[in-house]
Amino acid sequence: MISGYLYVSPFFIIFFCVGLFPILFSLYLAFQQWNGLSPMEFVGLDNFKIVLTDSLFWKSVYNTIIMGLLGTAPQLIVGIILAFLLNQVFLRFKQFYRVTIFMPYITSMVAVALVFSVLFSNQDSSMANYILGLFGLDPINWATSEWGTKIAISLMVFWRWIGYNTIIYLAGLQSIPRDLYEAATIDGASKFQQLRYITMPLLKPFILLTVFFSTVGALQLFSEPTVFLGQSAFTRSEAMTIVMYLYRDAFRLQSFGTASATAVILVIFIAVLAAINLYLTSGIGRKKKRGAGK
Amino acid sequence: MKEVGSKKFSFSKILMYGFLTLASLLSLFPFYWMFVMATRPSAAYNSIPPTLTPGNMLVENFQKVLQQIDFFGAMWNSLILCVVVTIVVLLISSLAGFAFAKFKFPGKNILFIAILLTMIIPPQLGLIPQYFLIAKAGLLDTLQGVMILSFLNPLGIFLMRQYISGSISDELIEAAKLDGASNFKIYWKIVLPIILPAFATLGIIVFTSVWGEFLWQFTVLRDPEMYTIQVALASLNNTFKVDYGMLMSGVFWATIPLVIIFLLFNKLFIASITEGAVKS
Repeated sequence: MISGYLYVSPFFIIFFCVGLFPILFSLYLAFQQWNGLSPMEFVGLDNFKIVLTDSLFWKSVYNTIIMGLLGTAPQLIVGIILAFLLNQVFLRFKQFYRVTIFMPYITSMVAVALVFSVLFSNQDSSMANYILGLFGLDPINWATSEWGTKIAISLMVFWRWIGYNTIIYLAGLQSIPRDLYEAATIDGASKFQQLRYITMPLLKPFILLTVFFSTVGALQLFSEPTVFLGQSAFTRSEAMTIVMYLYRDAFRLQSFGTASATAVILVIFIAVLAAINLYLTSGIGRKKKRGAGK
Repeated sequence: MKEVGSKKFSFSKILMYGFLTLASLLSLFPFYWMFVMATRPSAAYNSIPPTLTPGNMLVENFQKVLQQIDFFGAMWNSLILCVVVTIVVLLISSLAGFAFAKFKFPGKNILFIAILLTMIIPPQLGLIPQYFLIAKAGLLDTLQGVMILSFLNPLGIFLMRQYISGSISDELIEAAKLDGASNFKIYWKIVLPIILPAFATLGIIVFTSVWGEFLWQFTVLRDPEMYTIQVALASLNNTFKVDYGMLMSGVFWATIPLVIIFLLFNKLFIASITEGAVKS
């Protein structure tokens, strides 16, 4: 049937032009030296060598991982707690809580980064430093220090995405039939046992989903640090992420070969990390099932 | 016994409401604070403790924003961008979803899997060649250059296929065919009206993601005249001495329309997340 092909063709036509071709060209470019103007020159694996021996690249890998962990891991725990509370039958103002906790997600990353750049500025009078002061702590240079920048950026990631993850967990909790809990209660299972043997295993696919999204998203972190740091985004190293490193190579230093090599390395990282966390998380599930079997 | 039990119950209840209320307040605070800063002079920022009540510079701060960036032009560019992308994605996705759900043709499953596989390609991989491609086509600093990448939406095709195979029976299609309706007529007259609710969900997903996208817009748009609101806002922070009142005023006015739309349609927004994420 011809119309079948016809109807699915727009996606493939656009994909071949602006998707597939650029990807293949990236792979090609990763082995060339090119400044965007003069002819390309084949350099073998030199670009990869340059990137992999650049301490700034490894700094950006380190930054990306630290901010990824700080920004997303706590969401898993807090998100599940929030979803659990929002799922209580007798909870009042449910809709209010749901809407407000979700609201940060609708703000753009740029807007979030700008608001946080003001909340977390270097000045002693910034909101963040004022709150530290209330606890008798010294002010922190949020925009320039090694940990200050990372914590501020992780917090904005947390703030923007927690509602999103909570909603997904809530959907997961609502998919668990209530009579399972009723049966467990009749059998004398405690609330904690119910959480451990009913909620967690059945919530597992939803947790896997968010862990997967978070990992992939965290590795691609770009807008938040770039906008948060403003003027110094591509000159300072405290919060430079892998994608920022790539962007800087390409569009600030006109070194498109090494930038493409970085892109290829990033994709390998994403594939490996995604595979590892799928393996680990499914491992946890298996252990749990065995535990439940005993 | 009974009293102890009920006390324990109310304690955990207080804890629960306390935690949820704290989470709500922390979620709302940056919005409120953005408003406060947008109404205060930059100097208010130096006060300790920080000012928490609105001032009277709402208009003045916004006038300063207008001196820095073409705020309305940028909002308009973002709006055009999102509307066009949303409409195109809805059409491409529903046509392809219809074909995948109801047609039989050789290679159907392979093609569908190929589309799903494109979802896992990180967008940064093609960034540099895409930039040169757009440059070669003379589309730098144009909205068309920004748009074209967003037309690719594998998730949309997936969702539409799911929705169409779940909500439209094969008998209905067959009956229409017996009446002599062409495939496109069936799509237009029968499929489209039925899948309108799914359009709302997918539309919200596409619109919000294009509205907030930054990396590609930032790469393609260099001319301030062509800035979208995201790129324009980011440019406000790109000076050594930032006027915080002005900066927050820009962010506030760019955010408030979204907040209003969200509050009006919050159920749809929240449903779109579970539809979009959980179904895949």
